[in-house]
Amino acid sequence: MFLTADEVKKIAHLARLKINDQDIHGYAKDLSDMLNLMTQMGALNTEGINPMAHPMDQEQRLRPDEVTECDNREKFQAIAPQVEAGLYLVPKVID
Amino acid sequence: MHNKTIADLAKGLRSGEFSSLELTLAFINRIKQYSQLNCYITVTEELAVQAARAADDRLAAGNANLLTGIPIAQKDIFCTEGVKTSCGSRILDNFIAPYSATTVEKFTKSGAVMLGKLNMDEFAMGSSNETSYYGAVKNPWDMTAVPGGSSGGSAAAVAARLTAGATGTDTGGSIRQPAALCGVTGLKPTYGRVSRYGMIAYASSLDQGGPMARSAEDAAIMLQTMAGFDEKDSTSVDLPVPDYKQGLDNRIEGLKIGLPKEFFSEGLNSAVASTIETAVDEYRKLGAQITEISMPNLKLAIPAYYVIAPAECSANLSRFDGVRYGYRCQNPADLTDLYTRSRGEAFGREVKRRILIGTYALSAGYYDAYYIKAQKVRRLISEDFKNALTKVDVIMGPVTPTTAFGIGEKIGNPIEMYLSDFYTIAINLAGVPAMSIPAGFVNGKPVGLQIIGNYFAEDRLLNIAHQYQQVTDWHLQIPKGFE
Amino acid sequence: MNEQWETVIGLEIHTQLATKSKIFSGAATAYGAAPNTQACAVDLGLPGVLPVLNKEAVRMAVKFGMAIEAEIAPYSVFARKNYFYPDLPKGYQISQFELPIVGAGHLDIEIDGTSKRIGITRAHLEEDAGKSLHENFHGLTGIDLNRAGTPLLEIVSEPDMRSAKEAVAYMKKLHELVRYLGISDGNMQEGSFRCDANVSVRPKGQKQFGTRAEIKNINSFKFVEKAINYEIDRQIELIESGGKMIQETRLYDSVKDETRSMRSKEEANDYRYFPDPDLLPVVVNEEFKAQVKSTLPELPHARKQRFKQQYLLDEESAALLTSSRQLADYFEAVIKESGCEARLCANWVTGDLSAALNKAGLDIIDTPVSHERLAGLLVRIADNSISGKIAKQVFEEMWKNAATADEIIAAKGLRQISDTGAIETIIDKIIAENPDQVEQYRSGKDKVFGFFVGQVMKEMHGKANPGEVNKMLKAKLADSHLKTKG
Repeated sequence: MFLTADEVKKIAHLARLKINDQDIHGYAKDLSDMLNLMTQMGALNTEGINPMAHPMDQEQRLRPDEVTECDNREKFQAIAPQVEAGLYLVPKVID
Repeated sequence: MHNKTIADLAKGLRSGEFSSLELTLAFINRIKQYSQLNCYITVTEELAVQAARAADDRLAAGNANLLTGIPIAQKDIFCTEGVKTSCGSRILDNFIAPYSATTVEKFTKSGAVMLGKLNMDEFAMGSSNETSYYGAVKNPWDMTAVPGGSSGGSAAAVAARLTAGATGTDTGGSIRQPAALCGVTGLKPTYGRVSRYGMIAYASSLDQGGPMARSAEDAAIMLQTMAGFDEKDSTSVDLPVPDYKQGLDNRIEGLKIGLPKEFFSEGLNSAVASTIETAVDEYRKLGAQITEISMPNLKLAIPAYYVIAPAECSANLSRFDGVRYGYRCQNPADLTDLYTRSRGEAFGREVKRRILIGTYALSAGYYDAYYIKAQKVRRLISEDFKNALTKVDVIMGPVTPTTAFGIGEKIGNPIEMYLSDFYTIAINLAGVPAMSIPAGFVNGKPVGLQIIGNYFAEDRLLNIAHQYQQVTDWHLQIPKGFE
Repeated sequence: MNEQWETVIGLEIHTQLATKSKIFSGAATAYGAAPNTQACAVDLGLPGVLPVLNKEAVRMAVKFGMAIEAEIAPYSVFARKNYFYPDLPKGYQISQFELPIVGAGHLDIEIDGTSKRIGITRAHLEEDAGKSLHENFHGLTGIDLNRAGTPLLEIVSEPDMRSAKEAVAYMKKLHELVRYLGISDGNMQEGSFRCDANVSVRPKGQKQFGTRAEIKNINSFKFVEKAINYEIDRQIELIESGGKMIQETRLYDSVKDETRSMRSKEEANDYRYFPDPDLLPVVVNEEFKAQVKSTLPELPHARKQRFKQQYLLDEESAALLTSSRQLADYFEAVIKESGCEARLCANWVTGDLSAALNKAGLDIIDTPVSHERLAGLLVRIADNSISGKIAKQVFEEMWKNAATADEIIAAKGLRQISDTGAIETIIDKIIAENPDQVEQYRSGKDKVFGFFVGQVMKEMHGKANPGEVNKMLKAKLADSHLKTKG
């Protein structure tokens, strides 16, 4: 398996990570090595095996429908990069 | 007094030999004195002094427990309200946590004194502590060697007597491997035993917090506080917590120990192998029966792990987007620029690699081949453990293939670094508990023995480790220059 | 509509569930709070926080599943849907993908008097996102995360609808159902009930579906109809002029009445769904289902049929009365309280009461006239104490204050006069005073009879029993006719 620079750019965009052009090839190599490691799994026959998402075979616990949280906006927004009028500000979103 | 175990410090506090304040200040002084180890990202001296005073009051009032007044430190992955919680990353360098992790709250309630926040690999991704934004931690046994990772700051601080005990987290060996490389006792509990609430997620289905200390007894005291059901964590298990200290002295005659032949094959340094064999012999002397077992699917643990963990982390780390907290790039041109530059500038290379490979493994067309396949392999590995643990009580083996390697030695070769986690990773995939205890030295550097048990058998593991520590003194060794 | 083309429509409806707290956190879901005051650590996606599932949200989803006769999944799974957007704090939405909680079911709609069954593919639980406010903050967008984490049930239909009219009928029926079940307030202005429409056209007779466009976030019945109709015309025009449909997301602009492509969503989305490792599989066992079933109300369709049979109501009245659970409950409470004929009760509930509610912009739950008070009024109509006309007057008074019908009738002296002696005196007087009209009536102009009734009622301030007046007036006029002749 080998990932091309273009594929790395595509994944980087999906993951919203800016990768500098001079680093792309380095990443392509590292990721290709990782993929080759992963493909070792192909050696094992896993037909009919139930995928294991979790170490515990347990079911989801359900929480009673109660309001337990109060307004902590001031505390939470004290650590925000940019707020105004109680809103988090970001560059303009265009639909 | 900094050389005493938590159990002995608790006695000293009660006998009036020293106060919590004296103890705390002694540790704070050592932290400053040995700052070149780079164990701490943040030292919370003022808070520690306050907590020590409160603990002394509690001790005087007679409503203290074993941790009251004991100086401990938190891995910087646990959120601590009002205190910077960086997770070893530039992206959280300015993050003052607005709430505390359940584990932190439990220590606070018990009256333990928090000395500060410990260095770690960025977002717990690494096996050498070299991926930290705050620089590598040095191994007190060899200042040119790594302490292991990701809980490298925790292991080094315990080994160098810069805290009496520390928390760690373990996703693929991050408690056990640094514990082994620094010669301390580390326990990764069963998945679900310790709450993950407030512990910044790397790979949610693998992450588990646990204690790192100087003895099994100390680990038992710490786990007693850390373990238990938490309604804020859906994956936390609602089972009663046993008294971990109570069973420590149980005799272990007749204990059935399994040695997986896959653990003793090529790749394992021969000196490390013989150290492990000597340790196993010690158990034989204590009346244990040793059998060889086989766990044929272990060899695929690393490939499966390097699909599952990056896949989960690729989503877990999406929240670091420069909008609500953490690092934001200067003058973003538009929304995409805000995201890609904030994340691109503030995540380190290893974190980016894992996010990228995880994103790839989950993307359209590859999901079944990688993610589903890895989950199936995970099932088979987990079956290997279940089967083995019907035949034997515990599984033993090495923690690492070698002793601590040099700083800079492997950082340029990620795959080699990944492969060194062969002995620890499968345990996280299965979710069973495991410990690393000091078992000897090779060329002056510590070697860890791994003890793996059945689900929720932490009490048994601690008992088995404690019995070994009654007849050996590897865990009491102090690195030169840190006496 | 074009003769050669057939329209295919499927709807995805997002309905907010009426829980008190959010689906994965203990923050309140109330609408209209100051920005970000109802966004807790979990909703903000702070590092280290974890979701815990709200039982009520699961219960509501199961209730809905039962109402559409769907299979309830014994085992369902939450997954992460990954994409970056500022109103999505974690960078992923917790939703259900491969194993939704509600499986295939159906809903019957009525179109021009005939019933049509619309398939429902699935319904799944997920969390709502926050809101982007595009007001000008120095050219920036403001993000309010109060809505983030509100439980949503996404109800996905089969592509079974063939016109905008059918789509609207389905949407209305679903809207009625979720409110009936009490699982959503259905408030469309507040975004509690939102619709995405998948629209495509194909040549009549062709089996294969055409390429579809997804129209996002249409928040009123009127706009759904307009948006779909616009889209149908656009697609037919495009194809007929030799263009090719592309699969895309479009936005309906209600001001310009047109749909337009959403460029920001154009890039290929790859949501990288995978099971959320922070949540475990949701198990709905028989006990849970039995418990939910016991809370299931009589459903609108069944209730309508019962109203028609039990109360002998026509289709229209029965449909109107069962359009909301509260209205149907009110109607039945009036019958029970008053013991009056169902027809009379139905007329008043669907007539004067509904008109007054509409005028005041009120829902039946906010009616100022309780079912007890309306029943009191109807009793007086039934026992002839007041006429229908006076009753309207009494009702108006009741709307304004808290008095009972009896109190108003007594206070205003509105009780009907059935005393034949008193009525006779007046009739004699009127006949005597109007010889010309008597003459007209006599010569066969029956219309003049109304004049006499009016005069008598006027003289008696409307309180005369109209039946009695009619009877006596007829007799008297016939009498005077004979007298004159003789």
